[in-house]
Amino acid sequence: MESHIGSLTGDSDAGRQLYFRYCWGCHGPHGDGNGENAPYLNILPRNFVAATFKCRSTPTGTLPTDEDLYNTLKRGVNFTYMPSWLALTAQERANLVAFIKTFSARWTTEKPGAPIQIPAEPSLTIASIKHGAELFQKLECWKCHGQEGRGDGPSASTLTDSNDQPIRPYNFTSDNRSKCGRTNPELYKIFMTGLDGTPMPSFADVVKPEDAWDLVHYLRTLQYNNPSAELTLWESTPEGNAIVATKRAKETATGSGFRP
Amino acid sequence: MQWRQIVFSATVLLAASAVAIAGPAGGTISGKVTYEGTPAKMKPIDMSKEPSCAKMYTTPPVAETVVTGSGNSLQDVVVYISAGAPDDAAPATAAVFTQKGCRYIPHVLAFQVNQELKIVNEDQTSHNIHPLPKLNREWNKSQPAGTPAISEKYDKAEFIPVKCNVHPWMHGNFAVLKNKHFTVTGDGGAFLLANLPAGKYTVTAWQESYGEQSQEVTISGSETKTVNFVFKAKPY
Repeated sequence: MESHIGSLTGDSDAGRQLYFRYCWGCHGPHGDGNGENAPYLNILPRNFVAATFKCRSTPTGTLPTDEDLYNTLKRGVNFTYMPSWLALTAQERANLVAFIKTFSARWTTEKPGAPIQIPAEPSLTIASIKHGAELFQKLECWKCHGQEGRGDGPSASTLTDSNDQPIRPYNFTSDNRSKCGRTNPELYKIFMTGLDGTPMPSFADVVKPEDAWDLVHYLRTLQYNNPSAELTLWESTPEGNAIVATKRAKETATGSGFRP
Repeated sequence: MQWRQIVFSATVLLAASAVAIAGPAGGTISGKVTYEGTPAKMKPIDMSKEPSCAKMYTTPPVAETVVTGSGNSLQDVVVYISAGAPDDAAPATAAVFTQKGCRYIPHVLAFQVNQELKIVNEDQTSHNIHPLPKLNREWNKSQPAGTPAISEKYDKAEFIPVKCNVHPWMHGNFAVLKNKHFTVTGDGGAFLLANLPAGKYTVTAWQESYGEQSQEVTISGSETKTVNFVFKAKPY
């Protein structure tokens, strides 16, 4: 099995050596996520035999591209036990991607999905943030993520992943990293492809690409402890400033408006 | 020898009348699905977190994991030919799965491999449709109120639980089957599989909580064979 990431070609035989040094403790000798450490992790390691992956550029229900898997290895999966493997060389990561693909026959019978088209990010405006806020209501993102994006919506406590394990929705106020990366295009991809194997669905059929960018802009303003262009612009309006000020106070021990 | 002839001619007579009613010639398997023992009491569903759905009911609906009727009959059991019949091409019509009142209608939807599956949201709230297959691809799509139907299909035969993560009480099933000989029992638990060519078949009944049962049936000509299934109820 091979992987192709840009000009790199990964080799699964070389990847095997690395897998049985770095990965099998959690993902297991059979790649099914039942490694020795797995019972102690409360977001279980990925089962490569099922070949269902969270962080993808491809539509829900399809295999990710080699590059998607490579990026996951490089970045790690935020808020889980999967660390960044930046310490490995690019060639080693490519070899691991190739080896991971040997665990499921899907990689020989199916092709990865066609990556979704992401139009260039339009310029940031107050109107786009406000439209994003409307979409957050209309699409009922708050049912899980909460009205303030704290991951405390009415359905949050009932969520389970596809293995019936409890799973928490993302708390936007915790950080500026989302599970699959910290850039705007990565945030865009999360809700337009869905995180397969989790309760997070794909909105690709119901959100137009231009609307999706508005939602990205609004979601950034929920990450109010982490400076961003979106947050700065939102705070420059009286309406946005009032909302952000009250939220931020809740997050500090003294209520003094501390901002890291 | 004579007896056999008499039986045979009687069968032909019966078959002739069956043909007149049913159209294309073929055998029929009919019967009833029942349970023995005491099934678990289905709990009422608390929909208070979704007022737009809760207001559609005067009394809260109950869970549909086991649906029973009079005479110990079992509803929502998929009865199908699991062996002996060739695979059929998918029909042109779509199987429709509707979300209404924060429930799935029907609770168990049976359709064929590669047949179009149309998923409709008639509610004033967002649902996400999250089927959990093991053999087919797993996808998960959001369907807010007023958005068009989702069209999908499955290319492998499988029983697939379906859930909505937003509304944890919502639970349904897809039965993806290889041939056209299947039915889902309704109120009363009776079923009928018609137009079966002569042959040896395995008839299987599937209930989402009680599992599967199979029986062998041989159909010759256009006779009607009776097959009944009795599931042992789980008290909890």
